[in-house]
Amino acid sequence: MSYADFTLGAPVADAAAPDGPIETRWERRRFGVKLVNPANKRKMHVIVVGTGLAGGSASATLAELGYRVSSFCYQDSPRRAHSIAAQGGINAAKNYRNDGDSVHRLFYDTVKGGDFRARESNVHRLAEISRQIIDQCVAQGVPFAREYGGLLDNRSFGGAQVSRTFYARGQTGQQLLLGAYQALERQVDAGGVTMYPRHEMLELIVVDGHARGIVARDLITGETRSHLADAVVLASGGYGNVFFLSTNAKGCNVTASWRAHRKGALFANPCFTQIHPTCIPVSGDHQSKLTLMSESLRNDGRVWVPERKGDDRDPNLIPEAERDYFLERQYPAFGNLVPRDIASRAAKNVCDEGRGVGPGGLGVFLDFAEVIGRLGRPAVEAKYGNLFQMYQRITGEDPYQVPMRIYPAVHYTMGGLWVDYDLQSTIPGLFVVGEANFSDHGANRLGASALMQGLADGYFVLPSTIGDYLATAKHEPVDPDHPAVRAAEDDVAQRIDTLLSIRGTRTVDSFHRELGHLMWEHCGMERTEAGLRKALDRIPELRKEFWETVLVPGTGVELNQSLERAGRVGDFFELAELMCLDALHRNESCGGHFRAESQTPDGEAARDDENFSYAAAWEFTGRGEAPVLHKEDLTFEYVAPTQRSYK
Amino acid sequence: MRLHLKVWRQRDADDRGAMASYDVDDASPDMSFLELLDVLNEKLTVEGEEPVAFDHDCREGICGACSMVIDGQPHGPEKATTTCQLHMRHFSDGDTITVEPFRAGAFPVVKDLVVDRGAFDRIIAAGGYISAPTGSAPDAHAVPVPKDQADRAFTAAACIGCGACVAACPNGSASLFLGAKITHLGELPQGQPERNSRVLAMVDEHDAAGFGGCTNTGECAVACPKEIPLDVISQLNRDYLAARKARRRSA
Repeated sequence: MSYADFTLGAPVADAAAPDGPIETRWERRRFGVKLVNPANKRKMHVIVVGTGLAGGSASATLAELGYRVSSFCYQDSPRRAHSIAAQGGINAAKNYRNDGDSVHRLFYDTVKGGDFRARESNVHRLAEISRQIIDQCVAQGVPFAREYGGLLDNRSFGGAQVSRTFYARGQTGQQLLLGAYQALERQVDAGGVTMYPRHEMLELIVVDGHARGIVARDLITGETRSHLADAVVLASGGYGNVFFLSTNAKGCNVTASWRAHRKGALFANPCFTQIHPTCIPVSGDHQSKLTLMSESLRNDGRVWVPERKGDDRDPNLIPEAERDYFLERQYPAFGNLVPRDIASRAAKNVCDEGRGVGPGGLGVFLDFAEVIGRLGRPAVEAKYGNLFQMYQRITGEDPYQVPMRIYPAVHYTMGGLWVDYDLQSTIPGLFVVGEANFSDHGANRLGASALMQGLADGYFVLPSTIGDYLATAKHEPVDPDHPAVRAAEDDVAQRIDTLLSIRGTRTVDSFHRELGHLMWEHCGMERTEAGLRKALDRIPELRKEFWETVLVPGTGVELNQSLERAGRVGDFFELAELMCLDALHRNESCGGHFRAESQTPDGEAARDDENFSYAAAWEFTGRGEAPVLHKEDLTFEYVAPTQRSYK
Repeated sequence: MRLHLKVWRQRDADDRGAMASYDVDDASPDMSFLELLDVLNEKLTVEGEEPVAFDHDCREGICGACSMVIDGQPHGPEKATTTCQLHMRHFSDGDTITVEPFRAGAFPVVKDLVVDRGAFDRIIAAGGYISAPTGSAPDAHAVPVPKDQADRAFTAAACIGCGACVAACPNGSASLFLGAKITHLGELPQGQPERNSRVLAMVDEHDAAGFGGCTNTGECAVACPKEIPLDVISQLNRDYLAARKARRRSA
């Protein structure tokens, strides 16, 4: 039996989901949650892996509530988690602009934007909490942009028709993360949080069916040891780096989530990845990562390519009549502001036609000449100055003089570990927050919604729901010599030994690049059955080569960055296979997942609600073994599924 | 491009360390400086040598992880640019480039170009926050903040905590880093209740961590990749004096 011959298991049900009117569900769930006596909270210990918006805010809030928290991050400081790089902003249904926004509208937009592949209950809760997040962040001193009257400024973002995005110049993620980081450090000082920077989780410890700890490696000394607790929270981010080139930080990885998946946590919708249309194109083989240019640029920039194939004239010399403003042409209603997946695919199509610009023909122009002519350079500078500067720094070209070149790049992963309404995975005591879980964005995430979800989970949802588990579970302490603990430690040690003892001929990065290329070709913006099958044949071969010929220098008892990368790439291989399988089985197009076989006559994504209105939650059965698919059916009571149209 | 690199190699914190010379023959002007090190490391690995350890993560100039002194300047020769955003087109074919870690008494070297900047976290933990436990916040519009104050707070809050200011300072002082946080929180109405206790605790922690004092050399603001203005240090000094005076009065 091949990997592609997955089997169908029992449906997975969201047992924690409340019913009744959607506006009251979160309130009722919060009331239904069992409370932990304040005196007992001090005795309860929670491990949080990751210190981004979700993990940092969760650690701080849990410690404020009185729990003992151990917080882990692979970076040298919790402040460096990749949430820091989010540019655009954070959505909240404040309706400060009186432009018709409401909780229900944010809920509606998010369900629709996710192409009807997210849970209504979760999304509604997210929209409700969005308002509290802004209050919380302002109280912490997050310096949001303000109007002259001293009130908060808003902008419209990512095609939304209301202005509900709060922002701090182009550095909103940085400012929100520093708010959470400072709250976290305050708890470190107060003794509520023990911080483990430069530590990487390499295994989950499951005792009698419950998550009870992790095995982590001290990246400086190389020492691996177990850390035990009453519950474990994963806030370890997304897995976009499976593509090697993405907008993620170099260290972002799937290891924490994948280790939990191998221990029994279901992994949901792994093929739902978001490709962002406005990134700086690849400049050569040395490229190590891709840089995003904020989506806000599409508010004023016009996207075009030459009408004629192979037209390599200086763009300023190409007359208007010989330019194809393809987004404005194909989508007259939304023009350059169509959602991310649509803009990305349109750019790919014109490049596939041979009309791409720049090195390798993998780029399209984003032109500001019209707006510079209309408003003048100073106005454009005030709005986008820092982005133009960044572009010039990277490419050496001046976007005031020549159009920018952009190309889509992997940016965010909507899939992740399956969680119920309480954010608990299928392993009791293992909770998953932020980008690491699958719950709120469906098949496509809207702009400025990632920050909202990370902070909603960490500040407000998890700190409530985890109490219910801790109050009911009432765990005895785990013996450090428990066979499950020892086994987890041994597995980690053995894996490290294996990686170091192969001493082959190929570097970790060369494998990672090849895997990434394979995924981009076959599991990227457009997926076909033939391509996915090809990838499913090639990935196991490449994985085998990796475990036979990888060259990892150095030892395990020191700072060894090659060894760190090798472990992560080893897990990316297994994830890659599952992503391709998920993409292959989902024979419909929805959100960021475009199957060439499932499109409308005019080339748009065709969703198949009759057969695929479910979240696909996969169960691990062994490396390279056919996994088991558990379906969670999605029902829509409040937003009737419609085909998205941006024409 | 052909480049000669002289790179600081140090096995661990106890090793004395030394410069080592390497050649990279196939550099491209479009590479970032970290991509140049990637190329060097791939070459070293295949040749059976240990690659150079260096801190890096986002590679888009915002996480503050990268931390090297290039030709004697923290983050290298380009103004307002982190190492990860420094591109090789600013160097010439045949150049010799020296690469060292951020050096300061309070930033011990961990290995090669990696240093321990944990003291920055301890300074923040001492008081670099506004105490606002989750759930306690009033509506975001309850307290208006004048735009110029909000803008000044933002400018100071843009600090990425990389430590270039410390590496550039002849005294190894972290006054720019400290002043940036004092200014960010001190400009906002929400930051007023803890204004005095904050500056006293943070300065104590700064001194205890082994950072030196400020003598107004101004190298820090020149090296800062986020162009944090030097006047945050004046703000720090003003706040510190006011807090000391207030403490004496209340005692």
